[in-house]
Amino acid sequence: MIKLNKVTKKFTLGTLGLFDINLTVEKGEFVFLVGPTGSGKTTLFRLLIRDILPSGGTIIVADYDIVKLPQGKISHLRKKVGVVFQSLKLLTDRTIFENVVLPLEFSGFASDEARIRVEEVLSQLGISEHRNKFPVQLSGGELQRVAIARSLVLSPDILLADEPTGNLDQITSREIVKLLLDINSKGTTVIMATHNFDIVNSMKKRIISLEKGRLIRDESHKEKEGDK
Amino acid sequence: MKSFRTAWKHIRRSPYQAFAAVFIIMQTFFVASLFTFVIFGSAKIITYFESLPQVTAFFKNEATQEKIDDLRSQIESSNKVSSTKFVSKQDALRIYKQKFKDDPLLLEFVTADILPASLEISTTNIKDLSEISNALQNTTIIKEVVFPKDIVTNLTNWTDALRKIGLALILALLLDSVFIMIIIIGIKISQKKDEIEIMRLLGATNWYIRWPFVLEGMLYGMIGAVFGWSLSVGLIFYAGPFLSSFLQGIQIFPISWLLLLEFLGIELMIAAFLGIFSSLLAVLRYLK
Repeated sequence: MIKLNKVTKKFTLGTLGLFDINLTVEKGEFVFLVGPTGSGKTTLFRLLIRDILPSGGTIIVADYDIVKLPQGKISHLRKKVGVVFQSLKLLTDRTIFENVVLPLEFSGFASDEARIRVEEVLSQLGISEHRNKFPVQLSGGELQRVAIARSLVLSPDILLADEPTGNLDQITSREIVKLLLDINSKGTTVIMATHNFDIVNSMKKRIISLEKGRLIRDESHKEKEGDK
Repeated sequence: MKSFRTAWKHIRRSPYQAFAAVFIIMQTFFVASLFTFVIFGSAKIITYFESLPQVTAFFKNEATQEKIDDLRSQIESSNKVSSTKFVSKQDALRIYKQKFKDDPLLLEFVTADILPASLEISTTNIKDLSEISNALQNTTIIKEVVFPKDIVTNLTNWTDALRKIGLALILALLLDSVFIMIIIIGIKISQKKDEIEIMRLLGATNWYIRWPFVLEGMLYGMIGAVFGWSLSVGLIFYAGPFLSSFLQGIQIFPISWLLLLEFLGIELMIAAFLGIFSSLLAVLRYLK
């Protein structure tokens, strides 16, 4: 599903984003990507959706070779990979419904079909009553749900969630993580970047740790139990 | 359809920019329409003058009918003349009365005696006009030869000059329109930079993002053209009665609505092309 081989990313001013990353994530896995700010979590996500290109190495995501992917096929890749951005990236001048329906419009869904699908996802995430509100009218947790709804509306194979609990209280954070686990249980591969170790430690899931752009730990739940 | 709705939303959300774009296009098409009407009118005026007898020879009072008939048959026997028409003193008075029927003061003291008889001659080739005119002037019974070739030539020169000035002005305005549209669409793209970035990250194709801007340019062009055309047609209809009395006898007014609508159709096509061209330049420049 996701395979990185000797991936390195150096930015123009020489800053090292990632160095020599080897990583495989199988279909249906739930992975926590942890590390302090600047460790390379967001850089990794940007590489996975081909927002940036690696300086070296190969990346395969949902059968797409990221490095060789032609410009015209990038939109195809992004329909397979849903992303919940750290800054949410919701359009403030559009309603919740209009924000969530966007990926369906890009994909050429008929408006009736798109409306049904959006209603379905909004209901799944418990935010149906906010469909006609604007982002400024919602709380942080609700906005996070909207961002998740938008990332799910195309039923992607992979969901990347970048710090989805970043500015949320403990209870709301747990609700969001539970939501991501539900999504994962339906077969979607989920990678959640976070530095909320309380949540990470309470879940029995694979943990990939990054530090200064290097992969310092890749530990599955079974290994953790074995250590004990 | 969705792109159209988005384009219309772009226009509604920035009315001043939309107004600026429509205003410049309106000016361009207003000037283009006016010059076209003027050139169309000039062509009609030239045709009118060309249809008039090409040479009119006025006879002296002492010219007898016999001498006039001799001269006429002499001229007609030349294969350079296509037609002749004799206008007697009585005919001249009738024409005069018809022409000034609304002005009794001008009719009061005019009798057939003071008006000269004349011979109107048309040649088969305009180049023979000078030769015929010279031949007529050399006869003893001719008082004056009026040779309207100069009027037609002058009018043609004026129309040519007008056409060149109009074309230069329209080209300059078209260039202005293109540059202003590029700037306006460019500003709009910059204003929507974040939105465009989000759309791209969510999987929108380049053309999904570009289309609304291209359609927006097309709409500016077409709306501007309709306003420009309406303004010029309004002006022409307003000035119609004055121009009709000024151009006595020359049938320009009323201009047929079918012709005006055909003209609008052509302007709309040009405007749509202009709008699409300008916005395409802008999106290819700012949305690589």
